[in-house]
Amino acid sequence: MNRLEIENLGISFGGIKAVDSVSFSAAAGEVTSIIGPNGAGKTTLFNLISGVYAADTGHVRIEGADVTGEPPHRLARRGMARTFQNLQIFPQMTALDNVMTGCHLRETSNLLADLLGLPSSLRETAKSRGLALSALERVGLANLAARPASELSYGQLKRLEIARALVTGCSILLLDEPAAGCNAVETREVDDLIHAIADEGVCVVLIEHDMRMVMRISSHIVVLDQGSKIAEGKPEEIRDNERVIAAYLGAHGAAEARAAHA
Amino acid sequence: MNPTLKALLITLALVVAGALIFPSSYYFRVGSLIWINTISVTGIVVLLGYVGLVSLGHAGFFAIGAYAVAVLPGYGVPSGAALFVGAAAAGLLAMVIGRPILRLSGYYLAIATLGLGMLIWMVLTKESWLTGGPDGMVVAGFNPRHWFALVGIKMKSTEAWYWLTGLVATIGVVLAVNLGNSPWGRALRAVHDSDVAASSLGVDVARAKVVAFAISAVYAAVAGSLLALANGYITPDTAGFMHSVEMVTMAVLGGATTVYGAIVGSLILTALPQVLTFVAEYEHIVLGGVMVATMVAMRRGLVPALGDLAHRLAMRGRSK
Amino acid sequence: MSELLQFVLSGVTVGAIYAAVALGFTLIYNASGVVNFAQGEFVVIGGMTAAALIALGVPVIIAAPLAVIAGTLVGIALYRLAIKPAGKAPLVSLVIITIGASIFLRGVMQVVFDKQIHRYEGFSGDDALRFLGATLLPQSLWIIGGSFVVFAALAWFIGHTHAGRGIRATASNRFAAVLVGINTGRAMNLSFALSAGIGALAGVLATPVTFTSYDAGVLMALKGFSATMLGGVGSPAGALVGGFAIGLIEAMTAGYISSDYKDAAAFIVILLVLFVMPQGLFGRRTTERV
Ligand SMILES: Nc1ncnc2c1ncn2[C@@H]1O[C@H](COP(=O)(O)OP(=O)(O)O)[C@@H](O)[C@H]1O
Ligand SMILES: [Mg+2]
Repeated sequence: MNRLEIENLGISFGGIKAVDSVSFSAAAGEVTSIIGPNGAGKTTLFNLISGVYAADTGHVRIEGADVTGEPPHRLARRGMARTFQNLQIFPQMTALDNVMTGCHLRETSNLLADLLGLPSSLRETAKSRGLALSALERVGLANLAARPASELSYGQLKRLEIARALVTGCSILLLDEPAAGCNAVETREVDDLIHAIADEGVCVVLIEHDMRMVMRISSHIVVLDQGSKIAEGKPEEIRDNERVIAAYLGAHGAAEARAAHA
Repeated sequence: MNPTLKALLITLALVVAGALIFPSSYYFRVGSLIWINTISVTGIVVLLGYVGLVSLGHAGFFAIGAYAVAVLPGYGVPSGAALFVGAAAAGLLAMVIGRPILRLSGYYLAIATLGLGMLIWMVLTKESWLTGGPDGMVVAGFNPRHWFALVGIKMKSTEAWYWLTGLVATIGVVLAVNLGNSPWGRALRAVHDSDVAASSLGVDVARAKVVAFAISAVYAAVAGSLLALANGYITPDTAGFMHSVEMVTMAVLGGATTVYGAIVGSLILTALPQVLTFVAEYEHIVLGGVMVATMVAMRRGLVPALGDLAHRLAMRGRSK
Repeated sequence: MSELLQFVLSGVTVGAIYAAVALGFTLIYNASGVVNFAQGEFVVIGGMTAAALIALGVPVIIAAPLAVIAGTLVGIALYRLAIKPAGKAPLVSLVIITIGASIFLRGVMQVVFDKQIHRYEGFSGDDALRFLGATLLPQSLWIIGGSFVVFAALAWFIGHTHAGRGIRATASNRFAAVLVGINTGRAMNLSFALSAGIGALAGVLATPVTFTSYDAGVLMALKGFSATMLGGVGSPAGALVGGFAIGLIEAMTAGYISSDYKDAAAFIVILLVLFVMPQGLFGRRTTERV
């Protein structure tokens, strides 16, 4: 039994099948990557898995339990965390507060204690601050903890989201283009970070456009095109798969060639 | 400085400062009004500033508090207890009605809350056997002077009301600040900025909204009870649409993201009509003009705008 | 039976007014994304201006268009002075701005006119018509007819003129409209002008039946909203249907339940509709993108 199992998941928007009956599974301690050209349905697939969209068809299972249709906050309780391609930061908070919010499920003080500022509430806040600081440290943002999140760069915000997801103590982590907007050095750091997270036993599902990174760190790759799964396998298998080259790398190459000419 | 202590000291200092400079009973009465408004507007700060929900019906909750202290003493409930009953009733109603209403967002929520407030206003206006109808009703006497006398402090009733409302406002402000810096407060502010991200972190967004709605309803009800007791009479207009608008405007004018905005907004919009009595005919024009002008020129409100200004001056000072 | 007919007739009459107000909301909402809380004031400006002019001895046939022009100018001023400078303000700012504008306009009317309740004679006199045992003021026919003419004219304008297509393009996608060279600023001005003009016209037609006073706009706006919500925000046909529906519900409540709670009926319906179908009867259902 795999930690995360997806079966025939699908959704349409206005008659167009954005995700069409996709199945795959992802194991604990491994990085499973979802690749495919722009508009293939990768982000939509994440939104289905994490309960942001309600699926038209199919099932999601965590450790064998059917969690289809559960709202995001319940899935979070089951150990799922995610980042967003189009950042979902809390811009009015500091970087530290952003990450502390990720401690929500660990915090046990009640509303009354929070209103009255009782020691139990203050203790929870202190504990969360400690966890959040070490998560910021881990993604290399400790020096920016007190800054308003709105002042961070795009690449920094991507890592802030990772830190925020990490402090939840998740066992399944969905990362939507975590290295977008990062330079080569930062990409390498993100790469190492993802590796380390998986090594701790987390089931990582990754959407990424940087093919070198994907080939380097994935145990398993799922390829989407126009909402459907067109291939699946180990990195070497995907690299040599004709359909993938045609549908994805081909299209990508053609786009690059056009860009070079322009 | 610890934000709780800071809020406590600032608010208390303002209460004391008022008492020191006010020359007459009239000023103390206006001062009490300012603190009563501060209480209900602090509730709006929790709802609007922390969570980002616009309610145009909070005057309804305010009126529930007001009518609780007006009606219940007639059935043998002491005024003090009636205040708590009113607050509990408002909180409960907010929780019950909040579930369905708070699934809505933006304009839909604004209109739904507006409808709720209007319904409460209508009931208060039409059920005259209980509420005295459009003319309102007299509120049984209650004088905090006697409380202060118990601890050996002698003062006029208007002054006693000023101190009582000032102290309750201080408590309200401090609780809101505590909340803002607590686990629940972070969850609420997360919902404000991105409900998708908040729910992905395990925040039950629907529950968070209901909680904030209920808290703000309780603040409004307490303010309503105090107003009814201090004035000695009450009319259904306390539940009116204009009153709901006033509360939100005070919050937004002062700066809805901070409790200090609640204080400043209440101060300005409570004092303004008093200053304008000599041109009472132009009151609407001035009020409407102020609302439009501040929102166009200073969207985040006075306190954050001044904060920015101070920050920029400090930066310039440092770079020299 | 004649009783029911009586209620239907009065429901349709006020419903036509609500429909016009709702149509005004929809025009502005579609063009700018703003729900204009000052919509009721347009109606009052129309009614009060007409009443003042008629009281001065100006014939209706001149007073009515002047009142509509006055309303239209106020609509344009509202856009230029309050909405446009606010730019991309958050929703709560826009709510406060338009409510502030409505209070401001109320204040101006209180000063320019007075605080009295006004009416003038119906365009075709005040002798009630008898109709299957029910009575009907001839002005009701003006109101109902007027609202259909306005709706038809608006549909034609938006569908068949260059300026109207600009409005439609701006409403469906402002960004794309800019890209294809549509003057969205003009479309926005025009939307506010039309919306205010329609509101003022409704006021001119309605005042002989409903009366008016400087502060009558609040309730008018709320009813108009209810109609808009019921029909689904953004849908002109929904505005029309919603307007008549609210008018009828109100008249039935007043007739069969209690006239005390006729205003409550509209709100209860709205709350129920919002709970069951948050997008209204004619609104589109979409999944918010993340
Ligand atoms: N909420 C939505 N409403 C309508 N269409 C959507 C929505 N979300 C995604 N889509 C459509 O689904 C398709 C897949 O998009 P997406 O999942 O973002 O692709 P990818 O992440 O692979 O680039 C696109 O055609 C997009 O327009
Ligand atoms: Mg994507």
